[in-house]
Amino acid sequence: MITLTALSKRFANGAAPAVDALSLDIGEGEICVLIGPSGCGKTTTMRMINRMVEPDSGTIVVGDRDVTRIDPVELRRSIGYVIQQVGLFPHMTIAENIATVPRLLGWDNAQIGKRVDELLERVHMDPARDRNRYPRELSGGQKQRVGVARALAADPPVMLMDEPFGALDPITRESLQDEFLRILHELRKTIVFVTHDIDEAIRMGTRIAIMRAGKLVQYDTPEVILARPADPFVESFVGADRALKRLSLLAVDGHANNEPPPADAPRIARSGNLRDALSSLLSVEASCGAVVDVNGAVTGTLTLDAIRGAFAVKAEARR
Amino acid sequence: MLADAWRYIETHPTQFVTALGVHVALSACALAIAALIAIPLGIVAARRAGFALAAINAANIGRTLPSLAVLALVMPILGTGFAPSLVALTLLAVPPILTNTIAGIIGVERDVVDAAHGMGMTARDVLHRIEIPIATPIVFAGLRTSAVQVVSGAVLAAFIGGGGLGDFITAGIAMMAVPLLLVGAIPVTLLSLGADYLFGTLERRLTPQGLRAE
Amino acid sequence: MQWFLRNWDQVAIALWEHVAISLTALSIAFVLSLAIGIVAARRPRIYAATLGIAGFLYTIPTLAFLALLIPIVGLGRTNAIIAMVAFSLLILVRNITTGIRTVPAEIVDSARGMGMSAMQILAKVELPLASPVIVAGLRVAAVTVISVTVVAAYINAGGLGTLIFNGIASDHPPKIWAGALTACALAVGVDLSLAAIERRLRRSHAG
Repeated sequence: MITLTALSKRFANGAAPAVDALSLDIGEGEICVLIGPSGCGKTTTMRMINRMVEPDSGTIVVGDRDVTRIDPVELRRSIGYVIQQVGLFPHMTIAENIATVPRLLGWDNAQIGKRVDELLERVHMDPARDRNRYPRELSGGQKQRVGVARALAADPPVMLMDEPFGALDPITRESLQDEFLRILHELRKTIVFVTHDIDEAIRMGTRIAIMRAGKLVQYDTPEVILARPADPFVESFVGADRALKRLSLLAVDGHANNEPPPADAPRIARSGNLRDALSSLLSVEASCGAVVDVNGAVTGTLTLDAIRGAFAVKAEARR
Repeated sequence: MLADAWRYIETHPTQFVTALGVHVALSACALAIAALIAIPLGIVAARRAGFALAAINAANIGRTLPSLAVLALVMPILGTGFAPSLVALTLLAVPPILTNTIAGIIGVERDVVDAAHGMGMTARDVLHRIEIPIATPIVFAGLRTSAVQVVSGAVLAAFIGGGGLGDFITAGIAMMAVPLLLVGAIPVTLLSLGADYLFGTLERRLTPQGLRAE
Repeated sequence: MQWFLRNWDQVAIALWEHVAISLTALSIAFVLSLAIGIVAARRPRIYAATLGIAGFLYTIPTLAFLALLIPIVGLGRTNAIIAMVAFSLLILVRNITTGIRTVPAEIVDSARGMGMSAMQILAKVELPLASPVIVAGLRVAAVTVISVTVVAAYINAGGLGTLIFNGIASDHPPKIWAGALTACALAVGVDLSLAAIERRLRRSHAG
């Protein structure tokens, strides 16, 4: 869906290039997370896709169009754009904010009205209550929900998101990440997502592109990056606890057996991941836990050995 | 004294109305021309940091110049009368409008402008739909300051033959006739308060709802 | 230019008169505003009332104000000084009160905790920290006062305005230039100097 080929950018006051011959291929419906230390060029790369920054060399193809050949204004109207500070227009109502791109595209008022209400519901806000409110009346989390709704308004196939949840407190951030993943599941969008938070990257990304000093260091699924970091830099970047992070990608469901658990076993949610399960078991010094479903019914047992085994199997399968 | 002043107006209606008319005309024209110069200039200057800084510095110096000095300096060059007074008053009116326009546009948060561009608004759209509406209250605050200054300055135009209500004041002082002096001083004070009130109301009305401090 | 060189003593006297009146008026205005501002900092209602009155006074055109005072105090310096004080109140009281109010609460709190009296806190903590804002207000007030003094020459207060009025009356441009340009130079000079002081104060507080 999006193909970057040998993309480069050097800024006037920069000694080294901000982005250095970057090549990347993003499939339709994927979330590609760009991550790396400060100054690695991830935001610049993202901003070249909608030409908020003009590339020095290389090509960017979105869909089947070479982005550098299209009028930038028209291009941007077909790409959703969400930034960290949201940038809601303070002098417009929520409804007017969301309606921005549809209005630029000439939709009629009835269409726009319907779309605004639809989107407000999708981001779990109340159209009747919120459409005529102003940005200053909203909390940080609500502002970013509106930001996402605004970006989705004209139903663009591609969305660019620059640390969209970075300005929020950890609890709000996590709930918005979940909601956003759920929304994306229902729609089929191709997303380029910039973050500096490796946990967010692992959570959100179909594939993660780790960048450093303008170059692409490793581009793969979260599991592979955690299991086989390409070099010492990536290894230290993903953190010394990468094994535990890998466990967070594995579900309890696939590793529990059907046997009845011992009486004093701690309860472990079936829908949870192995890392949380491990944490529960360790905290009470148990060697196995009772797997329960949403209704509280016991469905099986999860043992420490099984957890260790899951890890090893995965590792084995890769070799 | 007040009664005498009122009687004077009753017995010299044309003189009074003419002076009032000239005063309002001088003030309104100076303000309008100053706005037509300063607002576009401010919008252009706001885009370039160096230009903006130079403009603000120049405007600040302009604001410190004593009004009467500016009016007096114009006289040897342009002579006396309505037009030279208008030129001087326009010069005096420009700085507050210019500074406020620049501050207003620069004050629009960068993220808001970035989001607007990123969503596909043309530069013109961004200016007309985002930057100008958000900057409007601040620009009008500048117009308000200028308006009051101009009405006050127009009083001084009497010294260089510009006409206006200042004529009554200067005549009153010269002849030590207090009623005559009041015929000028009181109406012009009311005019000044009126202008302040008018622009204050406009400022409030034109502040977009989303920006009103609650 | 030649007139100026030959008669620089006239200009110097006018300048001296101008500075004397301005300084007197500014000092009185400052002391008055300081008293009001300190009280108003703690009492929002007094602040609002003061701003209302001062705002009203500020909106009265300069010459009109001077003229309106004539039936009460006649012509001359006193008249001019009263007008100047009235015009300066708004900016000075506003800046003094705002300056005091925006001193961070923790700083005042720790001063009180150390056992400083209210007077001491005011003198050693609040006013010094508010000084950049206060000087900013003084800047505007000084320029206003200088400007009013030019006009006040018409009611016999003296100052550089006398040169301007004489020049206009006798159609003698060099006199007009001398008076007007000197007044402008004085205003700009005072403004820039106070601006430098303001900058110094801000910087020394920033660390």
